[in-house]
Amino acid sequence: MEINNNQLLRFTTAGSVDDGKSTLIGRLLYDSKSIFEDQLEAIESTSQKKGHEGVDLALFTDGLRDEREQGITIDVAYRYFTTPKRKFIIADTPGHIQYTRNMVTGASTANAAIILIDARHGVIEQTKRHSFIASLLQIPHVIVCVNKMDLVDYSETVFNDIVKQYQAILSKMTIKDVRFIPISALKGDNVVNRSENMTWHQGAPLLHTLETLHIGSDINKIDTRFPVQTVIRPQSKEFIDYRGYAGRLESGILRVGDEVVVLPSGFSSKVKTIDQMGKNLQEAFAPMSIAVQLEDDIDISRGDMIVRKKNQPEKVQEFDAMLCWLGNDAYQDRTKFIIRHTSNEQTAMIKEVTYKVDVNTLDRFKEDISMGMNDICRVKIKTAAPVMIDEYRDNRSTGSFILINPNTNETVAAGMII
Amino acid sequence: MDQYYLNYLDELESEAIFILREVAAQFKNPVILFSGGKDSIVVTHLARKAFYPAKFPFALMHVDTGHNFPETIQFRDDLIESLGARLIVGSVQESIDQGRVQEEKGKFATRNALQITTLLDAIASNKIDCAIGGGRRDEEKARAKERFFSHRDDFGQWDPKNQRPELWNLFNGKHFEGEHFRAFPISNWTEMDVWNYILREDIAIPSLYFAHERDVVWRNNSWIPDSEYLIKEEGEEIVRKKIRFRTLGDITITGGIESDADTLEKIALEVSAMRQTERGNRSDDKRSETAMEDRKKQGYF
Repeated sequence: MEINNNQLLRFTTAGSVDDGKSTLIGRLLYDSKSIFEDQLEAIESTSQKKGHEGVDLALFTDGLRDEREQGITIDVAYRYFTTPKRKFIIADTPGHIQYTRNMVTGASTANAAIILIDARHGVIEQTKRHSFIASLLQIPHVIVCVNKMDLVDYSETVFNDIVKQYQAILSKMTIKDVRFIPISALKGDNVVNRSENMTWHQGAPLLHTLETLHIGSDINKIDTRFPVQTVIRPQSKEFIDYRGYAGRLESGILRVGDEVVVLPSGFSSKVKTIDQMGKNLQEAFAPMSIAVQLEDDIDISRGDMIVRKKNQPEKVQEFDAMLCWLGNDAYQDRTKFIIRHTSNEQTAMIKEVTYKVDVNTLDRFKEDISMGMNDICRVKIKTAAPVMIDEYRDNRSTGSFILINPNTNETVAAGMII
Repeated sequence: MDQYYLNYLDELESEAIFILREVAAQFKNPVILFSGGKDSIVVTHLARKAFYPAKFPFALMHVDTGHNFPETIQFRDDLIESLGARLIVGSVQESIDQGRVQEEKGKFATRNALQITTLLDAIASNKIDCAIGGGRRDEEKARAKERFFSHRDDFGQWDPKNQRPELWNLFNGKHFEGEHFRAFPISNWTEMDVWNYILREDIAIPSLYFAHERDVVWRNNSWIPDSEYLIKEEGEEIVRKKIRFRTLGDITITGGIESDADTLEKIALEVSAMRQTERGNRSDDKRSETAMEDRKKQGYF
């Protein structure tokens, strides 16, 4: 059997049960034949017990006991399906405002976001919130699915009006690629199969769109950034002098012979070898996990970053960021945090909370800038030692960080560098 | 630019290696939980690659229920020798002898749940701060919510509703004395991905996965192997069948499927055509809708 060269696409779905989000995921899994018979039997028997007509596709996405009992999504759940064209990972996140942190989590690694709009209600507060998060987290592709078209007689006018409403809110955001698809998750229109009820829509159904999105440019292939995770030193007879800097190439391309600089020290050298578990490579590209040897003996450890001499990140101790507060307890002034940025950890403080964003209206507030769970604020961060940063919009890896409260060890905030 | 992309299997491999290197960097005394099953074998293979050419950096920890397939134990011992790694065994029999746990009674008795105590005792007594597992999110609905780095309190418990947020590739393994983490490098792999990877890398796996002749009884919709631990029920008949196992657990609860797949290629083909989940043949998951969640909260794998 031949192993194919298909790519992996990660997408997130934000929405509530009411939008038909669970039904949509159930439909994708069901129509792409990713649901197994025993899973289907379990869902059929639960549907019957609950007195639902037919199979309730939404039940596929329920996980934890509380979610099954209350019929809600609490935490990010990951689902998998494969078509002959691609492998997909769905980060299924709850859509309520109190779960903003879970949406942010799901969005952080996504290539694409599916935003669901109920055709009967049009663009609502929740649509703005989801779109804002997709924009903030710089999800490269957004697919707006206008759902429940069956309940508005598959009306082209209703769909076009919603597209117009949505384009109006887009002006406040930076989303690079937006597409619109009229669907009915319940009936299956335009999900996997082209709808016969909406022949007026020329675009592809959702699954085909997901299969063909161009994701080759989603990772930055220009700015070479190689944060060192750990140093491999076999100290065996056979590899007596081997000293490999292990890590994942977060962006860009690295070649043997490249002139590189090690940050923060600033020492320069050349790439001697690139190893991928015993294989010698001439070049590596993101997101490959590799080990790199340099020509010169330099003291390099975890937290350092190897970059091209002619293309370096900024080395700073103060920077601006958008911060999403994740912790159960609100932010307290002058708290000392541990900042985790790539493999680098430093002590950090929030020097200033500049403003807070209302995630529903996108208005900015300069008063009442307390930060509690799910709040999103612009802040100034100060670190005790240099960090090597890029802007988040240029580089999702070197532009992102988390804050850890050293007293509780909890991850309390996630930040995107401006 | 389009020549610079990884296929899904390379991307999953890179992700798993990244996680394994994070574990090595962030923890003092990590181990791989080794069951002899294909998932923990794949994790072990990935760990070998992640630190090559250095020595294998993790000890393997096996929770031994005493109800093993002899083939699994032989495979384990051979692997340990080839890796030059240390083996830590947590014995359920010892936990029973010491009165830490009591054997289940009745004809459906298994030692599955007893493993939790043995596992947590072994983690505590060996001062393990991170146990790396082969758990995958596609296996089971509670596992779909699992983090790559999953925090356990000092009772070894998982709190699924209060998990640490995990964003980008920033993993927070900070913990207090007595607490530990579970790490799941192949979280994003499906059963099919695992088989495709085993095939691609030509990874050795126990013979039990390949079709072979065996004495079995038909129970709970699968072929349960005959063994000294099997308590035969009335009306059950031992027959000889050509079967193979899709997952490996205790010999008392692991059901086989009828199959002629005797090569990795044939297995991968067979799995791709399967219409039942692999855990469908595991009676430990059939006890209730939330059987896995309940066990995981207490500290199960």
